[in-house]
Amino acid sequence: MSKDWPLWEVFVRARGGLDHRHVGSVHAPDAEMALRHARDTYTRRMEGVSLWVVKSTDIAASDPDQSGELFEPAQSKIYRHPTFYELPDAVKHM
Amino acid sequence: MYTTELDKTATAPTPIGGEDPALIAAFEARVAADEFIEPKDWMPEAYRRTLTRQISQHAHSEIVGMLPEGNWLTRAPSLKRKAILLAKIQDEGGHGLYLYCAAETLGTSREQMIDALHSGRAKYSTIFNYPTLNWADIGAIGWLVDGAAIMNQVPLQRTSYGPYARAMVRVCKEESFHQRQGFDIMLAMANGSPAQKAMAQDALNRWWWPSLMMFGPSDDNSPNTAQSIRWRIKRETNDELRQKFVDATVPQAELLGLTIPDPALKWNEERGHYDFGEIEWDEFYAVVRGEGPTAKERMKARRAAWNDGAWVRAAADAHEAKRAARSAAAAA
Ligand SMILES: [Fe+2]
Ligand SMILES: [Fe+2]
Repeated sequence: MSKDWPLWEVFVRARGGLDHRHVGSVHAPDAEMALRHARDTYTRRMEGVSLWVVKSTDIAASDPDQSGELFEPAQSKIYRHPTFYELPDAVKHM
Repeated sequence: MYTTELDKTATAPTPIGGEDPALIAAFEARVAADEFIEPKDWMPEAYRRTLTRQISQHAHSEIVGMLPEGNWLTRAPSLKRKAILLAKIQDEGGHGLYLYCAAETLGTSREQMIDALHSGRAKYSTIFNYPTLNWADIGAIGWLVDGAAIMNQVPLQRTSYGPYARAMVRVCKEESFHQRQGFDIMLAMANGSPAQKAMAQDALNRWWWPSLMMFGPSDDNSPNTAQSIRWRIKRETNDELRQKFVDATVPQAELLGLTIPDPALKWNEERGHYDFGEIEWDEFYAVVRGEGPTAKERMKARRAAWNDGAWVRAAADAHEAKRAARSAAAAA
């Protein structure tokens, strides 16, 4: 078994008004240390104003082998996009 | 380079028996279409092994690369230069961490990789087995060694393995500061006293050929290149990258008023590139094999850093165990 500290995924909000975005991961024994490591590793040049860390094992992910079936239904529903509709030329802005 | 195959005995990436030909074909098609492969996607075992070796070697190079420069931190000529060098070295540590994380997504633990490095089984870039004799070496390293690293890393931002490519994007953003601070040191010395200019020339003399060797063996002596290019693990061959580096660096040396130590160096109008002299590969392989006192010193320094930090890791573990026990007791 590995004696490595658990892996944490790191998310950074670049500035107010933006989503937190995944930037990478760090090893740390606990959340507080994970935040410190994330700060040193991913925000040395003012890359962010807020940090999230979450244990990698706590993330549930979809299976890439199933992604065909999982996302296919959306592909056939092109009427969900505005470009599906043909408008008379007279309609300028809609 | 940080990423070229340094271990001549490493097994060529031959297909592993028993893999489903349909899966292999689908994988090859995805890679050929410039799609990115992600950790949970199916991949041939040979692709996984080649990448694990390349990324971990790259990570080790970043970490060991901190040592020759760290040697001059306490002797930097001014507070400004010291702060800059400190920031540069910290970046290299960060690069190592990004890359270890990328390699871990392929199923190798951090502990295994660190252990491979410290036990001498893993390779790292030969460039860090040369000593840094004086302050001008810090300028030459930033200018030439980081410059060569940039040449190599820029195309890797489009390498086929997603986590590696993303790590490279982050690394490349930080590298140009490294090269510029090195060039800035060289510029100050080249424009300084005759003695300072002589130091800059001496550093260029010692670092030029090792920098060219960073790109690895020439293409006709690099058996795994074709496979790596097909899998988009590498995007350009060793010789292509080396030529780019020479073409970019010669005018910079002229600007500094320094002479590149290669009598065969000459602009070739027909090719549109500089011709340059033969590389002494025997020296390269001696350094790869870890011969010479500097290689031993590097590993000694790495192991000491790891062992001296053991009590910090143990304390952090003990703290977390205590905290976990307390919250378990509170919940009971
Ligand atoms: Fe680096
Ligand atoms: Fe660098």
